[in-house]
Amino acid sequence: MELTSLTIDAARSVVQERRTSALALAEAHYARIQKEDGQVGAFLTLSKERALEQADRIDRMAAEGKPLPALGGVPVGIKDVMVTRGVRTTAGSRILANYIPFYDCTAVARMEAAGAVVLGKMNCDEFAMGSSNENSAFHPVRNPRDLTRVPGGSSGGAAAAVAADMAVVTLGSDTGGSIRQPASFCGVVGLMPTYGRVSRYGLIAFASSLDHIGPLAKTVKDAAIVLRSIAGRDPMDPTSADLPVPDYVAEVDKPVRGLKLGVAKEYFGEGLDDEVRQAVETAIDNLKHLGCEIVPVSLPHTPYATPTYYLVATAEASSNLARYDGVRYSYRAPGVKSLSEMYRRSRDEGFGTEVKRRIMLGTYALSAGYYDAYYLKAQKVRTLLVRDFEEAFTKVDAIVTPTSPTAAFRLGEKSNDPVAMYLADVYTVTADLAGIPGISVPCGKTKEKLPIGLQILGRHFDEATVLRVAHAYEQAS
Amino acid sequence: MKVTEKDVAYVAGLANLELTQEEQAGMVRDLNSILHYVERLNELDTSNVAPMAQVSDRYGVDGSKPGTERFSYASREDIPEGLRKSLAREEALANAPDSDGVFFKVPKVIER
Repeated sequence: MELTSLTIDAARSVVQERRTSALALAEAHYARIQKEDGQVGAFLTLSKERALEQADRIDRMAAEGKPLPALGGVPVGIKDVMVTRGVRTTAGSRILANYIPFYDCTAVARMEAAGAVVLGKMNCDEFAMGSSNENSAFHPVRNPRDLTRVPGGSSGGAAAAVAADMAVVTLGSDTGGSIRQPASFCGVVGLMPTYGRVSRYGLIAFASSLDHIGPLAKTVKDAAIVLRSIAGRDPMDPTSADLPVPDYVAEVDKPVRGLKLGVAKEYFGEGLDDEVRQAVETAIDNLKHLGCEIVPVSLPHTPYATPTYYLVATAEASSNLARYDGVRYSYRAPGVKSLSEMYRRSRDEGFGTEVKRRIMLGTYALSAGYYDAYYLKAQKVRTLLVRDFEEAFTKVDAIVTPTSPTAAFRLGEKSNDPVAMYLADVYTVTADLAGIPGISVPCGKTKEKLPIGLQILGRHFDEATVLRVAHAYEQAS
Repeated sequence: MKVTEKDVAYVAGLANLELTQEEQAGMVRDLNSILHYVERLNELDTSNVAPMAQVSDRYGVDGSKPGTERFSYASREDIPEGLRKSLAREEALANAPDSDGVFFKVPKVIER
């Protein structure tokens, strides 16, 4: 039995039935990390002590014959933007390089309550700002499917670790596509739940109205199991919705026959790579053969989504990142003589180029004289984007699109052109702005053997349908 | 060119960033390129469109309730110590770059 290629249910079962131990499972993954991660760079920090303690707890439960919870003994990784008590949490930034939190992110606490063994913290773009993981202050992540390529971003480490069997599942965060796009580039499943479905408490804020936590997994069912474990109201996050959590795992197996799937031409226009287009069109044909009805829909404001996103997200970021002042828990520049010099130099030395670029853009968009022209304008276009989806979802149950216009690009290929880099998220930012759920599921490979992703978008709080369609496609392909 | 070096210096001040000369030049170039890209929003007439700051007042709430009552589930009794107890002082200070064990320490605030 290969201990590092198990799904969640398989891993839990072998621990439950004591064919192996949670401890052995964790050790096997650490051995794999030791062997593989030197060249991939997916982990920033290993939390071995915490992992082995939890594994021991799970093993004692199994020894006593108690039924293990849904993630009992399952080795997982956590993107380093979610705080972990006693375990360094950096957000991929020099400004938090030595930050040791005193509390746990709710999603992480719920994973552990469900029995997960947290192996460590996953590399990411600094403050989740990036589409290639090249903006990590520590080191880039390489795509395990082709080490000359990026894994996507910003949850690049979280995607790469699952692809390289260094973790069974990971938690990532998605503000403009940061779960789905790296999932697509690395050939794994990535789910962004509805805004408000999963608590953001303990998620280091990038853009509060757009930030989502969700799983990266080997299978759609694994993503459903994780979502069921972390979803639901949390008093610590007032924006978490007070709605019942369906049994997503039962939902994935329901038939898809008769479901109406929308296809919007705006997601198949200029900039879409031919091989990606062919793979996604083939996937749509497969869904048709499974009994889904394919319905053309229009989302006319889609071309305006990326500029809207880069104004809204940067404005919110400029406000959220004002807290890094070198006083309470972040980096302080040495040798400063006054308070204002301390703020400025600490932030200049602590933040990387892309983060500073976004703080500058956001500050500019919010500043006197430009607020109406940029930030307010973007908020209005956001309304139009939401209306596009509302209209489309009166006709269809879900919408299928490519996840990203291309497969994984090479390291360095786009790092000098911010706008070119932003276009890697052109098909994913819409769902973040509208707050709807979306999943990326692998749908074939390019001639160069690079994974391609199919994106499925659903109505607010209808992750069940998104998962169901993704599962049906995955099982049939 | 919409954004000049002077604008960049002004915005950097607002954002509490001290950019090097080289960073400033790069920022002028990048901000202009991004702002040129976002200009396309002006193709849309939004004069009768309400702005949207976040989506959670539309979804996941009881839409039949007016205004802030939709969020009544999110309000709670005032608990003086908070939902989570306050951090102990040594915990609160543990990540500080400089402290005297009681307070955070910072450089002189008032210049004479």
